[in-house]
Amino acid sequence: MKTTFQLETVSCPSCISKIEGMLKRCDGIESSEVLFNSSKVKVNYDENIVDAKTIRFKIEDLGYRVLSEK
Amino acid sequence: MKNKWLNDKRIVAILSTIWIVLIFVLHKTVGYTVLSITLMIGLSIYAGHPIYKRAISSLKYKIVSIDALVTIAVFGAMIIGEYWEAAAVVYLFMIGDFLESKTIEKTRKTIATLLDKQPSKARKVIDGQYEEVLAESIVKDDEVVVFAGEKIPVDGVVIKGLAVINQSSITGESIPIEAEVNTNVFATTIVESGYAIIKTTATVENTIFAKIIEMVEEAQDKKAKRQKLLERFSRIYTPSIIVLAIFMWIITKDIALALTLLVIACPGALVISTPVSLVAGIGNGAKHGILLKGGESIESLSKIDIVAFDKTGTLTIGKPKVVDMLSFTDLDVKVLAAVGESHSQHPLAKAIIEYANVSHIDKSDTTETFHGKGLRFIYKENEYYLGNQTLMNERGVSLISSLEVVKEYEDRASTLVYLSDNQNILAIFVIEDQIRKESKEVIAQLKKKNIKTVMISGDKKSVAQAIADDLGIDEVYAQALPHQKGEILKQLQKQGSVAMVGDGVNDALALTLADVGIAMGGVGSDVAMESADAVLMSDHLMSMVYALTLAKKTVKNMNINILFAMLVVSVLIIGVLQSTVHLSIGMLVHELSVLLVLIHASMLLKVKPTVKLSV
Repeated sequence: MKTTFQLETVSCPSCISKIEGMLKRCDGIESSEVLFNSSKVKVNYDENIVDAKTIRFKIEDLGYRVLSEK
Repeated sequence: MKNKWLNDKRIVAILSTIWIVLIFVLHKTVGYTVLSITLMIGLSIYAGHPIYKRAISSLKYKIVSIDALVTIAVFGAMIIGEYWEAAAVVYLFMIGDFLESKTIEKTRKTIATLLDKQPSKARKVIDGQYEEVLAESIVKDDEVVVFAGEKIPVDGVVIKGLAVINQSSITGESIPIEAEVNTNVFATTIVESGYAIIKTTATVENTIFAKIIEMVEEAQDKKAKRQKLLERFSRIYTPSIIVLAIFMWIITKDIALALTLLVIACPGALVISTPVSLVAGIGNGAKHGILLKGGESIESLSKIDIVAFDKTGTLTIGKPKVVDMLSFTDLDVKVLAAVGESHSQHPLAKAIIEYANVSHIDKSDTTETFHGKGLRFIYKENEYYLGNQTLMNERGVSLISSLEVVKEYEDRASTLVYLSDNQNILAIFVIEDQIRKESKEVIAQLKKKNIKTVMISGDKKSVAQAIADDLGIDEVYAQALPHQKGEILKQLQKQGSVAMVGDGVNDALALTLADVGIAMGGVGSDVAMESADAVLMSDHLMSMVYALTLAKKTVKNMNINILFAMLVVSVLIIGVLQSTVHLSIGMLVHELSVLLVLIHASMLLKVKPTVKLSV
């Protein structure tokens, strides 16, 4: 399963490593890519283990609002 | 929970600024009193609470973020009684963050304004009636009508009407085109006058415009080599500074010094220096109809030594035209030849039909094609031949009377088409592919930049050489088949970095093989858009010169940013180790350097082409 989350403007590049680091430690996530300039997070995951809602919650828990997902 | 006094970044920024001025005055006049200390701690909590929250949340995932470092510094400062320093650090970090996101937003806006161009509504034609619907509801083969002053909502073909259309949103070209029946039109272009009924060829999500947006968006995050290098550097830098801070604390017992090191451990300006320049460069390009596909493409484009051009469709317009005709009879040979070509789809046939310039052309009665030579046709019970010299020779038609003129034209890169009856030559049509008006100037501009120019063509040697001589091109490779183009490029790459410019349709392979592939006339050619490193959306060759200039400027901008950021980091470290830089000053310099880097990058948006990009 692949989902792209649109975040509110991400302004510091260290946020990227933060989100990336969190996703790496997350069960069921196969690969992820955080796009700094377009403020997007692309996630590939196994939907049997984790769902989009959980990932969204985890990103928001880090302090970044998710505007939309697709 | 959503308290604007706590969460609105702008309100927090303004309030904190008033607050910090107040405590600064108190600090300078009365020093530490119960009131001033309370206000300082108050500000640290008020302006700093999002920082602490983020620090804790990322610690949950075992990540030491910049927020964590600042948090440690702030609370450390409070413990050793430096309340003013604590408040100043929090304030500077918060305000820096706020201003940075504002500046970044501004830089990104160029690209965001592109996104806004898609109209949300369309006027659909249903049983001859017009009905306003959401643009998303339009499907392929729907009919929509667009009037003067409106934007075309979806890609399609004009089936009725006549409109003057400004296509600058896609090509960057501001001179409008005239669209009649059968003309392809594109979403987001504007009908300036007239009207058109359009049969759609795509849905809103699949238009050329949508593809451009997607590519521009993704290009921003295709990292430059420099960027990857810096990221690797910062991954070493931050932990080493933290280790150094702990080390210094243990040996010197100077907590303030250790805390200052923590504050400067985030190489903000360094990490942000390249991506913002890239975004600004890509944004600028998009504004002028040039799609730059990311950091690495821009870097390669900036250090090109050789530019190889495809001939047909790139240096020339790619539409052959009859430029002269020699007639040896009283018959109306123009129309007669057009009748002969009436069944043919060959580009030369189109040129001849166009040359006849009559609204109606009779179809010939019988046509027989001789592959690669020409054809025989019967019209009004007479037999005619239309084709090249080989066909004439085979038919035994005498060419003697025309030989000298023929020789002259052949030297001049023309294609000759002969018309004859059973025995005699009736006419010769001289057909040439027009060289683009700007081609000569483009070559001259490249020479000025000390770039070698090469032409690779599938055409015969004499034709290719004639055009190259006319344009002042350094080297010519003629009669090159598509797979040989790759070989030629490899040879050229031994001499330096090569950019290949082609129209993309039959050059896709060469575009990929070159160090930089530049596709021209991107509109309508998906393959070109995807395989190239840079796409010139307009049909004007001069924009490739601007693409080069822009790439150079972007890389220069990046380099200055990197150099500056490196300098700041070194000065800060030396300053801290010599105890001349304290906590709040360290934070101030750090935030200021980030802002300067951002402002410098956004200057790239203001760069304008010095060459004319339109016809």
